[in-house]
Amino acid sequence: MLEFMEGSHAVAEIVKRCRPQVIAAYPITPQTHIVEDLAQMVANCEIDAEYITVESEFSALSACLGASAAGSRVYSATTSQGLALMFEVCFNAAGMRQPIVMTIANRSLGAPLSIWNDQQDSISLRDSGWLQYYAEDNQEAADLHMIAYRVCEDHDILLPAFVCFDGFILTHTYEPVALPSQEEVDAYLPAFAPYQRLDAEAPLSMGMYATPDYYMEFRYEIDRAMHRSKQAFIKAGREFGEQFGRDYSALVEGYRLEDADTALVAMGSICGTAKDAIDEMREHGRKVGLLKIRTYRPFPAQEIADALKGVSTVAVLDKNISLGNGGAVGTEVKSALYGSGAAVYDYIIALGGRDVRKRDIAAVVDLAEKGKGDMFYGLRTEVL
Amino acid sequence: MAEVEGGCELFSAGHRACGGCGPALAARLLLKATGKNVILVASTGCMEVFSTPYPETAWGVPWIHSLFENAAAVASGIEASLKRQGRSEKVVCVAGDGATFDIGVLCISGAFERGHDITYICYDNEAYMNTGIQRSAATPYGASTTTSPAGKCSPGNVLPKKDMPAILAAHGAPYVATASIAYPNDFVQKVERAINTPGPCYIQVHTPCCTGWGFESGETLAMAKLAIETGLWVNYELVNGQVEKAKKVRRKPVEEYLTKQKRFRHLFKPARRDDMIVNIQAVADANAERFGIDIKKKESSE
Repeated sequence: MLEFMEGSHAVAEIVKRCRPQVIAAYPITPQTHIVEDLAQMVANCEIDAEYITVESEFSALSACLGASAAGSRVYSATTSQGLALMFEVCFNAAGMRQPIVMTIANRSLGAPLSIWNDQQDSISLRDSGWLQYYAEDNQEAADLHMIAYRVCEDHDILLPAFVCFDGFILTHTYEPVALPSQEEVDAYLPAFAPYQRLDAEAPLSMGMYATPDYYMEFRYEIDRAMHRSKQAFIKAGREFGEQFGRDYSALVEGYRLEDADTALVAMGSICGTAKDAIDEMREHGRKVGLLKIRTYRPFPAQEIADALKGVSTVAVLDKNISLGNGGAVGTEVKSALYGSGAAVYDYIIALGGRDVRKRDIAAVVDLAEKGKGDMFYGLRTEVL
Repeated sequence: MAEVEGGCELFSAGHRACGGCGPALAARLLLKATGKNVILVASTGCMEVFSTPYPETAWGVPWIHSLFENAAAVASGIEASLKRQGRSEKVVCVAGDGATFDIGVLCISGAFERGHDITYICYDNEAYMNTGIQRSAATPYGASTTTSPAGKCSPGNVLPKKDMPAILAAHGAPYVATASIAYPNDFVQKVERAINTPGPCYIQVHTPCCTGWGFESGETLAMAKLAIETGLWVNYELVNGQVEKAKKVRRKPVEEYLTKQKRFRHLFKPARRDDMIVNIQAVADANAERFGIDIKKKESSE
């Protein structure tokens, strides 16, 4: 049954059904509604969890790390500056192989201060060892949390994950969402079974330091686990489809790509706008399609190359900028398509909440087809 | 004190601390007090590095290290997890003075304000020893460190030692204490009291560092004892914020302590710095006044 609800509420309802035992979070716009909803659920005894009202995002993730190491399923949520403050803990949690799931309500990073959406925050943590999943709409945002717990806690993976959905554009938007029952979620997501835990009955040391004789092998193991997580995601996504009727077995998802000459590549809510724009362009005979990236980490390079075979022009929409170079997604798509013969252009778009309309998508397609790209799109030159 | 099976220590020999390491002795005493039913949370620092070079560990109890500054936050999460699971292990942080007085203050303040049932042990060797003897907020007035060096225009560190016990008592901590490895039974008893007191407790244990302070490795305990005997370190307890017990001494002049350590050598050579020595004596006098540690006639030591 579909229910009309705010994106943040949908995520909180799903997180509740995933039965985290410890939640630690610090309020930051636009993540607040999620953690407020969860706090109310704890206050109402709807969820059997410890809720730690930490004094910073840095401590939020540190507390999650400790609780996870002690054997609990944990949850946190943050965005933007909060995620930046967690930077050190992010690398550490991944290196210590703790299966933490954290929602990122994507928001830009200051300066200048901006509370509005882009994806600079999570993308800036791309090298941290966290799986990164991006949702197009609130249904997908909710569903990806269940899948994330399944993948993270797989003893062959043991990595933390960001479930990213666009701040305000999704977090504060009401959409119809199908919420599975507690029994259905329990059937999909088994109780947490830690691979190792801090336990006086079986002492072990966690987080030791490594000399040059060992460090590289630790990093290699994390990288291998990242790559293995592709198959784990595909399996978890397929089984999700079998149980709930919404299939997430694809790391990338094509939209009207079959005969496309030009393909857009994007992540997150902008994909919805792009699909509508593509439908309109198709009505005018334009052979345009979209490739949506669902898993940014691990990066689905081969899947992108396969999906875009035969496409002559590719336009990547990047809601981030690696200052001094280009968009992070565009750079990696170019690498994935190296030698394919496709012309790949990158567009820095929608930073700091700048709105993107269907006509903007069409304008990007026009630019790409004219061979113009690797640029900021939609700059207000009058204020430069 | 917990029984140790087969004569084995829970903190085992073979770790990589310097000979004469004060913190290593504190670690050994700490585990005698806690026994096996404990989870230790370490900060980055000397003790973490010398005890856990992968794949070796000196810890016979569950032990976790995450980062330099987050031991109290990690411990908060562990405590919450254990509570949820109905488990009985005590959660004990063990961190150096840099991790405690400086970079970890945010996490510690949060954990103490929230009232987690944890014990936080700061092993205080009065500077950043792991990185090469840099000044921390625990460095005493007058000490020369590599970032507060004595020089032609500087008498070394001119800032007073931060009063961490008072800061944590002000958070409402039910039990705060200072201790010294020169008085091992006292330290062990304080740890036992702390871990059995509900809520966040803090113990700051004085652990001289022969490498960083500049004295012979066989003099560690003697140096710790001199700190007490001069009044530059006071062993006391703050129960619900009130001083309950402070160790009384027949005080010696601070010079007896200062002249035995290279970190204070500049106060005597090439020229005697009476102005500085007077100020350091004033620190000891203020301690004696505040805690009432001077033994009067016919009174015996506590």
